[in-house]
Amino acid sequence: MGVTACFHCGQPVPESGPRHEVVIQGQAQPVCCTGCEMAAQWIASAGLGAYYRWRTEPATAPVDAVGPDPYLAYDRPQAQRSFVSPLADGRCEAELLVENLNCAACAWLIEGAMGREPGVAHVQVNAANGRVLLHFDPARARLSQLLARLAALGYKPHPQRPGEARALHTRERRQALKRLAVAGLGMMQAMTYALSLYGGDFHGMDPVHADFLRLVSLLITTPVVIYAGAPFFRQAYRSLRAGRIGMDVPVAVAITVAYAASVRHTLAGAGAVYFDTVCMFIFFLTLARYLQAAARARAGDSGDALARLLPDTCLRETAAGLETITLQELAAGDRVRVPPGAALPADGRLLDEGAWIDESLLTGESRPVHRTRGDPLVAGSLNGATALRLEVTACNADTTIAHIGRLLRRAQAERPPEAAQADRLAAVFAPTVLLLAAASAWLWRADPTQAMDVALAVLVVTCPCALSIATPTALVAASAQLLSRGVVVLRAAALETLCNVRHAIFDKTGTLTMGRPRIARLEVLREGLSPDRVRAQAAALERAVHHPLARAFTGDAPLAESADDVRLVAGEGVEGTLGGRILRLGRAEFTAALWASPAPAAPADDASSWLLLGDGSGPLAWFGITDPVRADAARALCELRALGIDTEIASGDAAAVVDAIAAAVQCPQAQGRLRPEDKLARLTALQAAGTTVLSVGDGVNDAPLLAQADVSIAMAGGTALAQTSADLILLQDRLERLPEIVRIARRSRRIIRQNLAWALAYNALAVPLAAMGLVTPWLASLGMSLSSVLVVFNAQRLYRPVKAVPPPVSGPAAVHSP
Amino acid sequence: MNSMFLLIPLSLVLLALAVAAFFWAVHSGQFDDLDSPAYRMLMDDPPPADPEEHEP
Repeated sequence: MGVTACFHCGQPVPESGPRHEVVIQGQAQPVCCTGCEMAAQWIASAGLGAYYRWRTEPATAPVDAVGPDPYLAYDRPQAQRSFVSPLADGRCEAELLVENLNCAACAWLIEGAMGREPGVAHVQVNAANGRVLLHFDPARARLSQLLARLAALGYKPHPQRPGEARALHTRERRQALKRLAVAGLGMMQAMTYALSLYGGDFHGMDPVHADFLRLVSLLITTPVVIYAGAPFFRQAYRSLRAGRIGMDVPVAVAITVAYAASVRHTLAGAGAVYFDTVCMFIFFLTLARYLQAAARARAGDSGDALARLLPDTCLRETAAGLETITLQELAAGDRVRVPPGAALPADGRLLDEGAWIDESLLTGESRPVHRTRGDPLVAGSLNGATALRLEVTACNADTTIAHIGRLLRRAQAERPPEAAQADRLAAVFAPTVLLLAAASAWLWRADPTQAMDVALAVLVVTCPCALSIATPTALVAASAQLLSRGVVVLRAAALETLCNVRHAIFDKTGTLTMGRPRIARLEVLREGLSPDRVRAQAAALERAVHHPLARAFTGDAPLAESADDVRLVAGEGVEGTLGGRILRLGRAEFTAALWASPAPAAPADDASSWLLLGDGSGPLAWFGITDPVRADAARALCELRALGIDTEIASGDAAAVVDAIAAAVQCPQAQGRLRPEDKLARLTALQAAGTTVLSVGDGVNDAPLLAQADVSIAMAGGTALAQTSADLILLQDRLERLPEIVRIARRSRRIIRQNLAWALAYNALAVPLAAMGLVTPWLASLGMSLSSVLVVFNAQRLYRPVKAVPPPVSGPAAVHSP
Repeated sequence: MNSMFLLIPLSLVLLALAVAAFFWAVHSGQFDDLDSPAYRMLMDDPPPADPEEHEP
């Protein structure tokens, strides 16, 4: 392929521009940028190079700003109040959430890196939820330095207590584990006694002993039913109150009937007991639910992701001047200053004459809008070119964005259980089972004991176990398999839909391309200027502004000069003073206005966007900026077409740029200059024609598209809003996973169908036998368990690796037959 | 067979103890992260002595 991957973060190393290298364990390794170079060098010099051997995922490139400055506010005691608590021995304990904690090796690296800092006594990292617990000596260690160290390694720290949702999730997980243990241990015990009782039935047993064993079984089963079985009763009650008969109703009825009958027989000292059946039943159902919940929990909490869009600190105006404070200290009525390009820390009213604000977070409109004095502004929107002053009206938990976070969380919590197919079946199946059980009991009414046995056998034998776990087990297995490949499944039902997808719409920037613009070409226009000199001048201008394009200039450039009076003109370019001269960098007309003659013709190359650098006496250089295409994009799209999925690029960018990208990834359909509404219209037109559509995107402007598409996939490097609107997230931004996702989804559908077919066939056979009184309850429970185990084993087949299909070189897409 | 009347209640006590021990373990957070401890024992604490670093 010819592309060298960065040793640290795995992104391709740019072919042009300054080269970076790091010596790790005696070998020179290429890295892509200064940030990665510094991180890798530090890791090697600290003797933590083993990280590279243990890690299972590439690291995340550190963000540009490295240094303690952004974290200085956290050194003040008022700021630490919310997340630092003093310990008995004079040390402090700080709780942090860190980003990009990908694998266990990251946890090890953080523990190693923090343990090396002076004054740090104890570090504990939880790789599952990204939490770091630090014990440090405030006399010897400055918190801001520890935070900056984490940021420099690429783990951006967020000093805050874990959110409410996280605490709730931990509580639920612990609760589920305890239920599982009670049901499992109870099941083992009850089965031991049941086995002895069965033995006693065949070989004879002293009635005193039999009674005693029954009584002990009763003692063990009671907590299992009451404690471990509680969720089933609660959900059955809830579904009944809602006027539906869900899967939980026959489950609850079966548990109740079996338990009540057993209790009666135990007290009467005669008749069969089914305590083992009850325990086993509850254990298997609890296990299935626990696994499902665990898979979903890994996807993380989108509410937290939204909150991370806000800055951690802000500048408050006081009588004495400006002070940097943490958001937690902010209160309504405060006046804050927002630097250019930064996110607004709180909801508030504008105090300045006017300001350009990028509200794409909320509206999806990526162009900045103009606001005037007194206008309400929303936290999380991005400030434009000039610093603005804001009077805070709502902060922290009261902001609009926090409110959206709560809405999202609630929507996710109340999202119906994913097993949609099984639920539709249950709606028919559950009442039928209840009716059948009642009918068979009525048929056998001449003999009350036998009637009881038969009704119970019908209930237990059909116990929707196999049927109700047929879909979830397969989906859980598929989700786990995908997670091990770096794909988070947020909504398992999406896997079912994914099988029917016939059309895929891709966003361009950040999805098919890296989303990180780079200087691809540089043409110096003035004699005697070196390219490095021009690069340094451009970097000096761009360093002062926070524009997405600015990173192309500042990423690799040496920190030689800095410009004064830098001014960003929205949509045009940057102007600043450097060494006494006024320099401009931007659109040709904007720069050419400096010397009052027409701009020179841009080099003929449509794939890049060209920016002109110039001073008062004429042009200095052309910069060709491109956003490199991901190395695996072409192959992924080609494989998707081989799977029978049409691919299309829909972008807001200029048509020429989009066409160039389409040619690079060999995608026949591509459209440029599309606004978010145009993209949405294109999507709804396809859907109206009956096509199931997949959309892949990363940006805020893609969020409506991702939400509207039948299935949507977001890139991990994208915005939080895109990720919360999506069904799946590509953790490592690897497009080559897309065909794999489709293949795994299709395999899981095949297995779900096999499972459902088996469960239905088994029930069709077993119910008549049970109704005729040919199946004793213990035989029924054995059959029920066996059919469930078979379903679970069938689902386990999904853990086997998928065979990769070599993509056809070109030509029409082959139709895939599932 | 009468030993049964002593041994089974005894096993119930043990069962209760096992459940209590598990509950305690869950509450003390031992089951909150099931992934990293498995690797942590491999990547042992004193990391600096990386054998490969001393090889030419």
